Amino acid sequence: MEMVLLLLLKSIVWIVVLLSIFAFLMLFERKFLGYFQLRLGPNRTGPWGLLQPVADAVKIIIKEDIIPREADRITYKLAPIASLFVALAAFASIPVGPPIELFGRTIELSIVNPNAGVLLLFATTSLGVYGITLGGWASQSKYSLLGALRSTAQMISYELSLGLSIIGVLILAGSLNLYDIVQAQERVWFVLLNPVGFLIFFISMFAETNRVPFDLPEAETELVSGYSTEYSGMRFGMFMIAEYINMITMSALAALLYLGGWNGPSFLPGIVWFALKVTLFIFIFIWVRATMPRLRYDRLMSFGWKVMLPVALANLVITAAAVSLF
Amino acid sequence: MAKFDPAEFPLEHPDPRGYRVEAAEGDRMVISVGPHHPSTHGVLRLILELEGERIVRCVPEIGFLHTGIEKTAEHLTWQQAITVIDRMDYLSPLSNNLAYVLAVEKLLGIEVPERARYVRVLLVELQRIASHLVWLGTTGLDMGAMSVFFYAFDLREGILDIFEEVTGARMNPSYIRVGGLANDVPENFVPMVRAYLEKFPKRLAELHAILDENPIFLDRIRRIGAISKDKAIAYGLTGPNLRACGIDYDVRKAFPYCGYDEFDFEVPVGTHGDVYDRYHVRMRELHESHKICVQALERLPEGDWQIQDRKLVRPPKHEVRENMEALIHHFKLVTYGFDVPAGEVYVSVESPRGELGYYVVSDGKNKPWRVRTRPPAFYNVFAIPEMVRGELVADLVAVVATVDPVFGEVDR
Repeated sequence: MEMVLLLLLKSIVWIVVLLSIFAFLMLFERKFLGYFQLRLGPNRTGPWGLLQPVADAVKIIIKEDIIPREADRITYKLAPIASLFVALAAFASIPVGPPIELFGRTIELSIVNPNAGVLLLFATTSLGVYGITLGGWASQSKYSLLGALRSTAQMISYELSLGLSIIGVLILAGSLNLYDIVQAQERVWFVLLNPVGFLIFFISMFAETNRVPFDLPEAETELVSGYSTEYSGMRFGMFMIAEYINMITMSALAALLYLGGWNGPSFLPGIVWFALKVTLFIFIFIWVRATMPRLRYDRLMSFGWKVMLPVALANLVITAAAVSLF
Repeated sequence: MAKFDPAEFPLEHPDPRGYRVEAAEGDRMVISVGPHHPSTHGVLRLILELEGERIVRCVPEIGFLHTGIEKTAEHLTWQQAITVIDRMDYLSPLSNNLAYVLAVEKLLGIEVPERARYVRVLLVELQRIASHLVWLGTTGLDMGAMSVFFYAFDLREGILDIFEEVTGARMNPSYIRVGGLANDVPENFVPMVRAYLEKFPKRLAELHAILDENPIFLDRIRRIGAISKDKAIAYGLTGPNLRACGIDYDVRKAFPYCGYDEFDFEVPVGTHGDVYDRYHVRMRELHESHKICVQALERLPEGDWQIQDRKLVRPPKHEVRENMEALIHHFKLVTYGFDVPAGEVYVSVESPRGELGYYVVSDGKNKPWRVRTRPPAFYNVFAIPEMVRGELVADLVAVVATVDPVFGEVDR
């Protein structure tokens, strides 16, 4: 019973924290994009535009919710919920810091701590594409359909190299548990032991979260808004929240698997180190968005299959050989 | 050319619910891009037939921005017509001004003073830079390179500031008038333009750096949307789109006007006529226009900025206050305008988009009998189907962006 209560409490805290991080992540992104582009970004709502997330939230909630006449209503309504649910669920197994002592008991800073944490995480994030595909399909709009098709193709091409790239880390750590993986990096981070794997993971990260230069499913200037063309109001908002939470998840995962998680000089607590590393990755996401043009759909596919996959495989073989030799 | 016969391709889809995915024949999908699409640069509608993401057929539909400018001009006096002609190619209104004014001046048989001529060249070349910067920014945006848009527009802002200072308007200045200019340039004109021209090459180099060396961008533009020399001529392409195919035709060189033959500049040409060439021709034109501006600024002579014929241009205000005859001239010009001898002329200039021609007919009255425009973008738009056949949807936006249509001009 106590166990269930604790889980429930943790889940609520996690969701609230994640959603507020999302809100301020939006501001963070818009502000930095503004600075990259010789603009100021939001600055009308409070100092430094700090109340912009509130304004955005109010706006998106009171917007009219439009459902196209031709749409498959049930799937159309379900798709954004599925997207958001998957995004939130994926974060459940991510630890944000070392276990802490509170009221005389040890509390792990993740909602669940399964033995095969990485596996669970990847299984959950893979489901994310369903929301996008079904949403695009159910809209009965051609732009949405094209966006959904692109999304599906992109996911298949990148999930594979993403999965292969982290197997190197799993071999090095000898475990599928995220706590163990972080523990194994106490002396040296895996980014140094497995740089190629990190590179592949890093590139796939952008494809996984549909961000520039791999933002083909939404490709604003080609497909209007891709899979979310017909969505409005909070339903659109849910897709958006899911995208940003995926960004946080992938940044956290990169920090956990390659940058030593919460390991760092002891003058700062572990959780702060972790937050800093995640922020670094999120900043890179924004930086790349401000700099890169979009890749073409067929180039993305051939890059995924012809470059990333062979390199990931070779990297896996070399890592495995190196680990068994030394 | 008969390949795109509209009759065999009904614009109104037989299915009233027209946008059902199942409505297309077989595996193909008919999709309507525009008129409200983020990257149709105004109000172009393209009806695409897709096989997967590959474009099988493309039919452009125009007319969403029809404003009847040519007809309106017939109801305005010769001088007033400039104000509506401004609004055709809203990205380079001064080129429109210049072409129309040159046509009227040819009918009247007058030559403008040196100073007016140099200011015209200087402003039109600045306008070309501004127009190409809008093109560069929107091309970047269409490819997903969002920041380029802001960098290019920020750079264009300097030119609009100069226009605001000189003409009082940023967008539709109506500054070039029959017989010279609307006003003399202000005192700070020369230092302002000089400061801008000095910072321009450095800023342009930054734009080059962010695009020219980016493998993703190069991959998006190389060997995409090519058009052959013969086809380009058959479609009546002009301007950078034609020169990208390797044809060295620039009205400024072929039929010099405004004394362009006195300036030292090159006409960049491409080889393949693809998006990459169109991109590079325009980028190099920015450098060439900069060169012309520098020369024009150096040689800018003092003196009259309009002709001294009181029957054609208004007398200065102080004369109107003191001189009865000047007052009469003023009154006559404001209320009636001036008569232009009967006749017809065709004058073309090189606008940022290509050969911009004006065919002006006068029946001897104070209003034009007919003002027919040859807008370059109108011809360029109809080459898009030829360029995008067999390409992907993602290439369509690259092609449309580098064709650089302006719909105020296409639809008039």
